[in-house]
Amino acid sequence: MRAPSSGDTALGEVLLAVEDVSLSFGGVRALTAVSFDIRKGEIRAIIGPNGAGKTSMLNVVNGFYQPQSGRITFKGEARNSMRPYAAARGGIARTFQNLALFRGMTTLDNILAGRSLKMRRGFFWQVIRHGPALTEEVEHRRRVEEIIDFLEIAAIRKIPVGRLPYGLQKRVELGRALAMEPDLLLLDEPMAGMNLEEKEDMSRFIIDVNQQYGTTIALIEHDMGVVMDLSDRVVVLDYGRKIADAVPDEVKKDENVIRAYLGQPHGVSA
Amino acid sequence: MLYREVGQYKTSYAADMAVFPILQDRIGIGVILLVAFVVIPLTGNDFLLNAVLIPFLIFSLAAIGLNLLTGYTGLLSLGTGAFMGVGAYACLKLTTYFPQVNIIVWILASGFFSAAVGVLFGLPSLRIKGFYLAVATLAAQFFLEWCFIRIPWLYNYAISGAIEVPKRTLAGIALTGPTATASTRYVVVLGIVVLLTWVASNLVHGRIGRMWMAVRDMDLAAELVGIRLLPTKLLAFAVSSFYCGVAGAMMVFLWYGGAEANVFAIDQSFLILFMVIIGGLGTLIGSFFGAALIYILPIVLRWVPEAFGLPLHPATVEHLQFLILGVLIIVFLVVEPSGLARLWQIGKQKLRVWPFPY
Amino acid sequence: MHLLYQIFVDPFVQMGAAPDLLAQTLWDGLVAGVLYALIALGFVLIFKASGVFNFAQGIMVVFAALTLVGLHEHGVPAFLALGLTIVVMFVLAFGVERLMLRPLVNQSDVILFMATFGLTYILIGLGQLIFGGNPKVMIANELYLPSGEMRFKGLGGFVSFQKIDIAAVIIASLMVAVLAVFFQRTRIGRALRAVADSHQAALSVGISLEQIWVIVWFAAGVVALTTGIMWGARSEVSFSLQIIALKALPVLILGGLTSIPGAIVGGLIIGIGEKLGEFYWGPLLGGGIETWFAYVIALGFLVFRPQGLFGEKIIERI
Repeated sequence: MRAPSSGDTALGEVLLAVEDVSLSFGGVRALTAVSFDIRKGEIRAIIGPNGAGKTSMLNVVNGFYQPQSGRITFKGEARNSMRPYAAARGGIARTFQNLALFRGMTTLDNILAGRSLKMRRGFFWQVIRHGPALTEEVEHRRRVEEIIDFLEIAAIRKIPVGRLPYGLQKRVELGRALAMEPDLLLLDEPMAGMNLEEKEDMSRFIIDVNQQYGTTIALIEHDMGVVMDLSDRVVVLDYGRKIADAVPDEVKKDENVIRAYLGQPHGVSA
Repeated sequence: MLYREVGQYKTSYAADMAVFPILQDRIGIGVILLVAFVVIPLTGNDFLLNAVLIPFLIFSLAAIGLNLLTGYTGLLSLGTGAFMGVGAYACLKLTTYFPQVNIIVWILASGFFSAAVGVLFGLPSLRIKGFYLAVATLAAQFFLEWCFIRIPWLYNYAISGAIEVPKRTLAGIALTGPTATASTRYVVVLGIVVLLTWVASNLVHGRIGRMWMAVRDMDLAAELVGIRLLPTKLLAFAVSSFYCGVAGAMMVFLWYGGAEANVFAIDQSFLILFMVIIGGLGTLIGSFFGAALIYILPIVLRWVPEAFGLPLHPATVEHLQFLILGVLIIVFLVVEPSGLARLWQIGKQKLRVWPFPY
Repeated sequence: MHLLYQIFVDPFVQMGAAPDLLAQTLWDGLVAGVLYALIALGFVLIFKASGVFNFAQGIMVVFAALTLVGLHEHGVPAFLALGLTIVVMFVLAFGVERLMLRPLVNQSDVILFMATFGLTYILIGLGQLIFGGNPKVMIANELYLPSGEMRFKGLGGFVSFQKIDIAAVIIASLMVAVLAVFFQRTRIGRALRAVADSHQAALSVGISLEQIWVIVWFAAGVVALTTGIMWGARSEVSFSLQIIALKALPVLILGGLTSIPGAIVGGLIIGIGEKLGEFYWGPLLGGGIETWFAYVIALGFLVFRPQGLFGEKIIERI
């Protein structure tokens, strides 16, 4: 979508780092001293059993939750917590496990909403619309249509998203995130509830986004096949702690990971 | 058969994004505007103008204002009446201090005062949501009502306690005051309403409308996409109150010719809320439909018993109006919660494929 | 400087100077607060069990009182009229469930809220058509409610209590106690709480939503009747009572929409706060601040605690 400019982090360098992040809600410890980094241009998977704190981790990165301790370093800037608006401006976009689309709007409008940060024309121009505001709108419409073509959702662009089937809604949400032209894309279970065909489509989209546009991706996913095929590196969380952090092949063989997913062996060899 | 899009291809994004993409719609709007601006002033009688069209237009404008706030941005407001009042009193003070400036300018300017007050009472929306915010707007409503009565400076210390509208002219033609004719006032009101409706349409079809709707649909996700919540909500309060303020100023200066503070009481707020809900939340045309139904209905009800020869006591008629309005509201909500605008949309859909069923 | 003194010092000086007036104001505030709390109680009942914010609660108070007085005017003896009115409230609850709640069962909260607006207008229209629009006198004597006042000498002057006010406070407290026990201890109370929590879960364990709704609207109707009797006995039965019911909204804000103790505490705070405000600070502003003071109090609370004193914290998950 855009060529990397000189001010960006160079390929391979750390784009996002979380250090010693701990998060609790009342008495519940969601995350305990978690540290890992995400390098520019990679696809990083975050996996772990249910309740491990994966979504909480994304929420911290994105600014929905403020951790009690720890630091978040994004594009070289370190801070104690992130705010949603700062995250968006900084170039972080996200999709959600349970979908967070604007149900009252069409597909097109939802994705156009993703262009909000890029639209500059002020109130006065919006009042008269014809002129600079309309020109800007057409320009962004053009970009959004590129995304719509990329995700193959042209046929449903004028349909209110509430009426779309689940799989298509997920694609629209991805489109809205892509419209932000993010440096870091956080995907929370993008394949949830999809059949094999849909998963293959979604996987293809994710790879294309990563390779064509150079977008760094952090991905929460339960389907191990997808994780192993797509990701460059994997972080494994269990009960709020990091228990593994390596390339997929190593993680697959890691004893701690196997134990976390399968539980303790009961006299049957693992 | 007549209402088909066949042959109308859009070759540019701008054409696709037009407000009235279908040619037949554009012709329809043209006809309506022609009738409104030319035919009616020439042929309409005073009753039609004074008792039906002028108030219909004014209420439609107020309904658009409330719709922008409640329908598009999802912020329930029960202070509409008071915001209309702010506009009316602001207009009075402005024209009292600067009588040489044209009254139309002051009517539009009074909207800015309403907008300022609206923003002030919209500040709680940073922390408070939904129903609780509605109660905050009730605070605005009751406080401002109290101000209208207890601050005599507002109504120029008139003994009656009411706004007395002075005569104002434009190029020698009386616009306000007892000598202004119904046709003149109608044309001015129509002009202002058409202009502001055009502006509202521009806003909701563009970036700002999308921001408002995003905040309404899921404000957490809106923040995530880079939409700042407080400025967006405050803008909604400001624009909405502007519209209500202008409507209030027009109501006093171009319709009633004078007003007491109780015109801006809580009943007015509820009335306009009904217009918006029955007309269709989140639509501009719904504001017009709702205003038409809620305002015209009592008039019809007053004439129907006479037309059928049933002599009903006027008090009874009023009680019946309450009853029928209440029943109508519930029936509407059951049958089509999205309001008249949705029924209109469905109607157009059916018309597009007529005479085939689908 | 003088202004600051007027706002922050003088009123308290006045309070100290005439403790009997202070006690009188506090008592008046308490009584008003109790009545606000009763109206708020009706709201909370319905909201807890059906998630509906019943804007018509105020008019239900008026309608119930009107029915009682109207029946008596037509010659029905007082206690029989009372019984018949209770039956009417039950029929009303049944009608509301059948004709309003059931057709709108899956709609959003705003739609249901608007439907109660429609109900309000229906009740106003019906009430006026059947009983006429003029104010009426509550049949306090026929219901053996006390009248007259009790005066106490002390605190540097004297304080007077209207006996009907004392009765109101006692009856209201009894009603609250009965409702609290009903909710906590009985099977139906438990079912009500289940429905308030989740309609679907309640359905899946076999609780009939329709029955529960009729019961709860009937309970709210009885509360409305009690409020109508008490309030009517203190002043008169007229449609202006309905506007006073809007005062219950700040009470609900303070107390939280789902809490019965909250409705009571909120009612007392608003009632007393309002009376104190009007009496000691009102003259500074030219009087008449009772119309909005309660809302400003509530607003102040809302900014610091958006869910009210006792309400459940609104947690948003994404």
